[in-house]
Amino acid sequence: MKPFTNFRSRLVPLAINNIDTDQIIPARFLKTTSKEGLDRQLFCDWRYDAQGNPKPDFILNQPRVAGAQVLLAGDNFGCGSSREHAPWALTQFGFRAVISTSFADIFTGNSLKNALLPIAVPPDVHAELFAAVAADPGVTVEIDLAAQTLTTPAGRRVPFPIDAFAKHCLIEGVDELGYILKQEGAIRAYESSHPSPINTLEIVR
Amino acid sequence: MPHTIIEKLWNSHLVEEQPGAPALLFIDLHLVHEVTSPQAFQGLRERGLKVRRPDLTIATADHSIPTTDRSLPIVDQIAAKQLAQLETNCAEFGIRCLGVHSDRQGIVHVIGPELGLTQPGMTVVCGDSHTATHGAFGALAFGIGTSEVENVLASQCLLQLKSKTFEVKVEGTLRRGVSAKDIILALIAKIGVGGGTGCVFEFTGSAIRALSMDERMTVCNMSIEGGARAGLIAPDDTTFEYLCGRPHAPKGAAWDAAMARWKQLPTDSGAIYDRQVTIDANALEPMITYGTNPGMGMPINAPLPEPAEVTDPMARDSIAKALAYMGLEGGKPLAGHAIDVVFIGSCTNSRISDLRAAASVLKGRKVNPKLRVLVVPGSQEVKRQAIAEGLSDIFLAAGCEWRDAGCSMCIAMNGDQLAPGEYSVSTSNRNFEGRQGKGGRTFLASPLTAAASAITGVVTDVRTLL
Ligand code: SF4
Repeated sequence: MKPFTNFRSRLVPLAINNIDTDQIIPARFLKTTSKEGLDRQLFCDWRYDAQGNPKPDFILNQPRVAGAQVLLAGDNFGCGSSREHAPWALTQFGFRAVISTSFADIFTGNSLKNALLPIAVPPDVHAELFAAVAADPGVTVEIDLAAQTLTTPAGRRVPFPIDAFAKHCLIEGVDELGYILKQEGAIRAYESSHPSPINTLEIVR
Repeated sequence: MPHTIIEKLWNSHLVEEQPGAPALLFIDLHLVHEVTSPQAFQGLRERGLKVRRPDLTIATADHSIPTTDRSLPIVDQIAAKQLAQLETNCAEFGIRCLGVHSDRQGIVHVIGPELGLTQPGMTVVCGDSHTATHGAFGALAFGIGTSEVENVLASQCLLQLKSKTFEVKVEGTLRRGVSAKDIILALIAKIGVGGGTGCVFEFTGSAIRALSMDERMTVCNMSIEGGARAGLIAPDDTTFEYLCGRPHAPKGAAWDAAMARWKQLPTDSGAIYDRQVTIDANALEPMITYGTNPGMGMPINAPLPEPAEVTDPMARDSIAKALAYMGLEGGKPLAGHAIDVVFIGSCTNSRISDLRAAASVLKGRKVNPKLRVLVVPGSQEVKRQAIAEGLSDIFLAAGCEWRDAGCSMCIAMNGDQLAPGEYSVSTSNRNFEGRQGKGGRTFLASPLTAAASAITGVVTDVRTLL
């Protein structure tokens, strides 16, 4: 993973509550055994008509989206299935952050592991952002991960929460597994004092 | 200090807790399936890592597997490749795989309990959000993403932030025609799909105690639809009876030792939960969802909500958008609405007691000839048992399709799917847009409601047929 750097970006508004991971990427695309090539399938069933042509009224098909890195979504983003294909598709499309009032737990974990920042803001800020982008699609926000702030188009610096460890991993560009494997001593100690009640390799009837 | 079962499970699995990092939890059982594992195995290969504990890991094929004749080659080449990849990965990394042709194959959340692998006091993970199902045994069971699958394969551990504890107390007695599925649909309708975010549910109360293990699994299964990453029920005699004699359950002296441990698990009296909600089981009605998330549910005879009556603008838009997708009109009843398909199956409702419930309604009756009715057992074992009990004969005589085990139309990855615009009454857990096939429209309900609707061809209150 590359270290996560601060950035300024336009917003892609998607004012829908409870956007679930089946909408982010439908299940029929989960038969892949790779992580690549998912950007075309992002929001597929909202983005293309029955013939597979882009629907011009869907925001992801509009020219204004080019280069924008922040998705502004309705409440409770990312609920549903645990598929990590959702953040893979979002980042491959070019998103580096999603703003909502709240995020589903598994989605949050999956996103942070893929350098996609879930930014939860209070409802008033959320409403202000939607209003700002409706008034002028060109407005931008600035995201400072080290300071944990989002600067709104009006210049208000809004703090957002993030788990300290996930933040560390993002800023340093390291992943969790490296950290976990360094705990070998503790894992071994746990294993030796906790014999397992099962053995899946045993064939029993 | 008195502890909840959730805290006891957490504490007993702590490997390490360092300042500035989430807790490292040991995982007792890791279930693997074809869809969320290929990239994790690839990650291991790239880093030159092995699977640390193949003895605590088991795989099966369920999501993209056909439910038609298994002796035929799989037509969908991409699915075939994914299923073959699972077998290759398991062989390479030394994991037991209950694959396409295993007589123990089944939906991952059905086979774990069935084999006696899921036991009280365990931590269980799977790259699947319905892993909470295993919580029915008094286990802490989480759905995880593919990166975490890789982490657990490599280390048998999971980095985890502590969740809040949320007691869902269900008191009273369910009335005739009301079942476990209605309890969980009522909870989600009450708290919303984000209501349990950041929490682990513990289901308590007399109505929960009265449920069988199959029914408890139905309740815990849909914890994620209420936003909770896990949901569990403290073990009791019902749990122990279910486990006794299962293939991987402890035997002899080990059983006695396990029982002594398991009996320590229930929440201590006086323990405090972060949040609490109570549901009156006596007042519950058969539930059904009308919209495009599982929180959009109501009693089966209630009128559909009127978007105009909702004050919050984004919530109003969501309901209006959902009703438009579903082709429904606010204020009208849903009961009596024509349907095209009934799906009885999924990790929520494909166990033997679910099939018995459906068969009790279908026995001696015919399904409406306009309908396609799929009955998909959760596992090969459930299938064998249903055949032995004569349930499959009842389904076939009624005009249902009797299929092989798998996820099937719950996720519509294997060719079992709704056509655009079709309506289904489905016993699965998600009614998201397109979940059961692009453009498909899903009403979630219990096996009883599904069976009743299969007969009439419209959304039906099962109590009219009892
Ligand atoms: S039955 Fe449905 S919800 Fe359950 S594991 Fe399969 S796809 Fe997921």
